[in-house]
Amino acid sequence: MPTVRPSGPGAVDVELDVNGIRTPLHVAPHTTLLDALREDVGLLGAKKVCDEGTCGACTLLVDGRAVYACMTLAVACAGRSVETVEGLARDGELHPVQEAFIAHDAFQCGFCTPGQIMSVVALLRATPSPSADEVMRAVSGNLCRCGAYPNIVEAALAAARKGKERP
Amino acid sequence: MEQLALVQGDDAEAWAADAVLTIVGRPQRRVEGAAKVTGRARYTHDIRLPGTLHARILRSPHPRARVRHVDASRALALAGVRGVLHRFNTPKTAFRGEETIFREEVRFVGDEVAAVAADTEAIAEAALSLIVVDYEVLPHVVDLEEAIDAASPRIDEKGNVLDADRYERGDVRKEFAAADVVVEGTYRTSTQLHNSLETHGAVAVWDGDQLTVYESTQHVFGVREGLRNALHLPLANIRVLCDHMGGGFGSKGGIGKYTIVAALFAREIGAPVRCVLDRHEENVAAGNRSATLQRVRAAGKDGRITAIAHESWSNVGQARWVADPTGPTKGLYDVPNVLAHAHRVLTNTGSLAAFRAPGYVEGTFALESAIDELADGMGVDPLALRRRHAGSQVDPVSKMRYSLKRLVDCYDIGAEEIGWSRRARGGLRGSAPGLRRGLGMASQLWSGGGTPPAYATVHLNPDGTAVVRIGTQDIGTGTRTVIAQVCAEELGIDVRGVRVEIGDTDAPYAPISAGSLTVASITPAVRLAAKDAREQLLDVASGVLEVGRAELRVEGGAVVSRGARTPIAKVFEDLENYTVIGKGSRMPNPDDIVLKTFGAHFAEVEVDPATGMVVVERVVAVHDVGRIVDPLTARSQVEGGVIQALGFALSEERVVDKPTGRVLTSGLETYKVPTVRDVPRIVVRFVDVPDTVANNVGAKGLGEPPIIPAAAAVANAVANGLGVRIRHLPLTPRRVLDALAAAS
Ligand code: FES
Ligand code: FES
Repeated sequence: MPTVRPSGPGAVDVELDVNGIRTPLHVAPHTTLLDALREDVGLLGAKKVCDEGTCGACTLLVDGRAVYACMTLAVACAGRSVETVEGLARDGELHPVQEAFIAHDAFQCGFCTPGQIMSVVALLRATPSPSADEVMRAVSGNLCRCGAYPNIVEAALAAARKGKERP
Repeated sequence: MEQLALVQGDDAEAWAADAVLTIVGRPQRRVEGAAKVTGRARYTHDIRLPGTLHARILRSPHPRARVRHVDASRALALAGVRGVLHRFNTPKTAFRGEETIFREEVRFVGDEVAAVAADTEAIAEAALSLIVVDYEVLPHVVDLEEAIDAASPRIDEKGNVLDADRYERGDVRKEFAAADVVVEGTYRTSTQLHNSLETHGAVAVWDGDQLTVYESTQHVFGVREGLRNALHLPLANIRVLCDHMGGGFGSKGGIGKYTIVAALFAREIGAPVRCVLDRHEENVAAGNRSATLQRVRAAGKDGRITAIAHESWSNVGQARWVADPTGPTKGLYDVPNVLAHAHRVLTNTGSLAAFRAPGYVEGTFALESAIDELADGMGVDPLALRRRHAGSQVDPVSKMRYSLKRLVDCYDIGAEEIGWSRRARGGLRGSAPGLRRGLGMASQLWSGGGTPPAYATVHLNPDGTAVVRIGTQDIGTGTRTVIAQVCAEELGIDVRGVRVEIGDTDAPYAPISAGSLTVASITPAVRLAAKDAREQLLDVASGVLEVGRAELRVEGGAVVSRGARTPIAKVFEDLENYTVIGKGSRMPNPDDIVLKTFGAHFAEVEVDPATGMVVVERVVAVHDVGRIVDPLTARSQVEGGVIQALGFALSEERVVDKPTGRVLTSGLETYKVPTVRDVPRIVVRFVDVPDTVANNVGAKGLGEPPIIPAAAAVANAVANGLGVRIRHLPLTPRRVLDALAAAS
């Protein structure tokens, strides 16, 4: 493969913990976490909608905090834990937030959904019983062009009520 | 218009209004829900084929210029670049009435000039800046009203303003002269950008002379047709696939230039090629809802609307069609004298694409604002005035009867829910000193009756599960789910036992997922296919069980006769791999009957006259769309439509720099689509009376109706609250403050 760009430093080795799996990568230093996951690791759940931090479709967790993966460099995540929507279900059982999103029809096209879900998961870990206002703040950086917002808020509150959030 | 439709077999009796249905009409979890919440759902953006090359497009920096020469030698010399296409080396490929995808005269900032294929997207992107283009810059115009002005550059030999449609009934001129009250207003709406989260894009791959294209599209068969026209291939050599897609809202009705770029590169280089637009390209070159200028005159006499004249001008870019804003004026109200005249205005901006109820959203704002102004002038409650013209069961345009029209019911339900009786002339006091509160409403008219052709097959497996195949697509509306419901209901099996295969041109034909066509076009065909399968099953069961055919029925996955239940799997047990294949086709619509959908939205707003901020507190959305197949996804559809309409009403506006022709709001930072914080309480209600004349399911479309009246209802509520009317959308704080200043 040719170099990624005609100029700049070469690729470097970095190891991430992705959904609990040690994942060695060989990427150029300017590679975003989003590109690394989508192009190198093959995790396609996080979406690239704007690639400039304005939509939230690429939201995932780094050390438990929701971040925009398009605004995070892969090399900056060396040794840190990265969680994506693919890592939420355990043993074929959906995460309560995923389950609530289905039950409350919190999506239409589904393109924003992985990002919305990760924002809600991050919220419920820090704030297990959030108010509607706290839910709205948590997903206010996640655009949904289909306008599933009312159901997203409902789903998040329902998942919180179930109180089954796993650590 | 006569419609030639070839059909096979007989239609099924429509499910009666009081039929006991166990799956249709009950809320269902989306059948693709688990795929979407786990990140497993595959969209076009996610297609990864081994050895894929990446294409990027070089776009014109000038709003209008002649491309005199393209020098791609430096780009081709860059390591990893695999090819460059431009107008001097690309074969003729028909595209939307033009002969080539690279114009000699580029006509907007963002028009396609060349394309690069490379090993990575980054290399392709870098190569774009190495292409040297010699442009002869030409005079341009981007603004709608400037383009209308005769002093502006003419960008087409026929002129910038073209007649699109003219309609007249009765004698408008006479009624205006005889009226008690005449109001006249000039209304403006801004260009709205679709901003589907998944941008337009395609992946093309050849296997010998077989072309497979993955495309984010609302019409796989439309993409196939576009590829056939561009590449002159037999249909059997083209397969188009769209599994999941991240929104379209009308903009993804056929192939794009990116599709042809991907297909040409893939053939030339012999590798899969992916060409996906980025967000900024999407907002410059992938379509929009035209900005409009509209003049409406309305006349009233003796408490009734006697005449409406509506003239419109739409900024279409270079498009050869216009989304006519005068549709609602012609058909919504039973008014005897109507004059409608639509114009298409060419500018050096990106062309329009259909955008969820194209024309009707813009036109309903102007018409329904004018009706409110007229009611005000006549001293009549605006809802009361509308009621006098909403009850007719005859379409005023065709003079034919509607299959079903419950618009007045929508008014009753909505008025009760919002508390319309509180509405006062001049508005209400707000929740804090200085704030003003208003109520407003508007009506909705749209088609939605569906159409042939559409075909489906239902394979009933030996274990009693079924597979439905139909070449439709689920653009987020829940199409898969309603297909599963109708199939399971008719076949008599569990909805979870139905797998739905869509988004593939190798499946039976289905129409575009647009125009609120889908449910009413495809579910009647699915039902007939399931019925065919059920009847074949009963034939077999009658032989196997040695029971008269007439005594058998299918229920809950079993063949039932006088108390005895035999699971379907048991019936087939000794028949090896006997497979039942049911097929169904969409029957023609009834003759001499008009199929429409109706609705009404009511809005309550609070406005701060000091800041110009409009806060929508509540929207009550009532729709009359026949049978509701899935109340859960139907409610989502309405909420989503209302929210998109609120963006149009309050915040969304493409801004183009006049001297340079550049779109200044091509990113989501500057172009304001609603966030969760912008959403009011939305109350969704349905009349939910099956339209048994329309089709055998009794359902009509719901995709577009909920975006149509909300902006008009909000504008009317703001005018009610402030006592000042703002005739320009979106109702930004600036426009509100300017209107208040002008009025005082
Ligand atoms: S893709 Fe990362 S914020 Fe939009
Ligand atoms: S579900 Fe389509 S963008 Fe959110």
